Amino acid sequence: MTPRWRYWFLGALFLAVAIAAIYLPILRRNIRQAAKLQQRSEEQARRELTQPTVINPSDPKVKAKLFWASGADDGTVSPVTVELPLSNEPVLRAKQVLNTLLAGPVDTELRTVPSDAALLAFYLLPDGTAIADFSEALGTSTPSGIQSEQMAVDSIARTLEANVPKVQRLKILIHGQEVETLAGHLDLSQAFLVNANAVAGPRAAATPMPAALTRALTPATTTVKLTESPNKSATKP
Amino acid sequence: MLLDVGRFVRNDIRGKLCVALFVLALSFAARNGAAFSLSGQAGAPSAPQQTPPVPTPPQPTNTPPATGLNIVVLDPAHGGTDLGARGTGGIHESDIVLEFAAQVRTALEAQGFQVVQTRQGNANPSFDDRSAMANAQRGAIFVTLHIASTGVPGTARVYVMHDIAPGTDATGLIPWDRAQAPFVSLSRKLGDQVSALLAQRFKGSPAVAQTASVRQLRTTAAPAIAVEISSVTVEDRAQLDHMAPGVADAIARGAAAFRPTYVVPANPGERP
Repeated sequence: MTPRWRYWFLGALFLAVAIAAIYLPILRRNIRQAAKLQQRSEEQARRELTQPTVINPSDPKVKAKLFWASGADDGTVSPVTVELPLSNEPVLRAKQVLNTLLAGPVDTELRTVPSDAALLAFYLLPDGTAIADFSEALGTSTPSGIQSEQMAVDSIARTLEANVPKVQRLKILIHGQEVETLAGHLDLSQAFLVNANAVAGPRAAATPMPAALTRALTPATTTVKLTESPNKSATKP
Repeated sequence: MLLDVGRFVRNDIRGKLCVALFVLALSFAARNGAAFSLSGQAGAPSAPQQTPPVPTPPQPTNTPPATGLNIVVLDPAHGGTDLGARGTGGIHESDIVLEFAAQVRTALEAQGFQVVQTRQGNANPSFDDRSAMANAQRGAIFVTLHIASTGVPGTARVYVMHDIAPGTDATGLIPWDRAQAPFVSLSRKLGDQVSALLAQRFKGSPAVAQTASVRQLRTTAAPAIAVEISSVTVEDRAQLDHMAPGVADAIARGAAAFRPTYVVPANPGERP
């Protein structure tokens, strides 16, 4: 190779390296953006698949109260008013508000239910017992602990209470199954009382926080028997 | 000689007769012997025994005297494959509550309580097994220990069960899943005692017991509380370790303060 060709060759090599140095970061950024878009569309597809209930714009717009964490870090939930087109049909309405609740608040720190959880089904029995069937993520992604699990159930029940008056009790299923606890602590084998009058009591008022925010759920007196439970007896009356 | 006997037994009709008689005699002796030696046991002869009934001394009918609260059933939650809440720094709820339990136990024993722990090591008894340990005691209270994955680090809360509708089944027994029903008000008293002491120790902790549907409490037939400490999210595990003596002291002193108010039923199984 003559010296002249050597210079041409080195020059071309240098040019190629320079082009690669400029182009590779752009390529990497494009790949990342494409992956993010794909992930978002997968999440969207999953939500569309599991949440066939969409907000119907023709429904009358109402001010819905959705309960997320109060932000006080004390285990309480507080209402956030959101204007939503909601159906007058209770089951459809319940699905709409619960899906909005699952979508999460603007401030993600106030989220009470995991972002990957989805409402699979919702039923309302004639006696006012609602059965909400959530995906497995509700159990696996809710932070383990009495406080966090109670907050998750509180936000679901309070939201139903505020927006779907026909719901008197709430039974939560995970992937169609009755489970013992939400994430190791909170009892899901019983139905929760959602009716405000039945829940509010002197105990709630005794807590240092505002009563409206400190109300916690009580298990319903009438248990919804979905599966056979062991019929053990503890003590004599 | 033995060969001769064998030939006699095999070939001679008298030999066979002798063997048959010998076997009959043996079985007769065995049957009589069994009747003497195995009377009343499994495998005894099926023939009705004609032994006269043994007069039993009259049993005292007076009820056992009421005893005070002296047992604490201490439940370090989770264990085994159930790690409970998990912190980013590799902190597991199941490990920490076991260490807390050791300190709580010492503090309770210093107050004169007998402590029964639902697990000593890395076992994971079921909710019902843990409750059964408390339900088998008389004059006991139940304390289950938890570490949260949320809440302000350095605070602690006490949870008690909500009011449960009391009820009995067809046999007059309280259903297992409502075992806590008769004890809810007592649990609140105990919970408030412990909460007040925790609030003094740890700023930001609620001064009264909170209510929650804690699975472990529902099947416990005794005054029962859940103590939850925040949280596994601390960066330094020492932050949690520093809380252990204060939590132990609050539980022990709260239980001691509760002791005079709890009148233990005279008979096992009675409502408080």
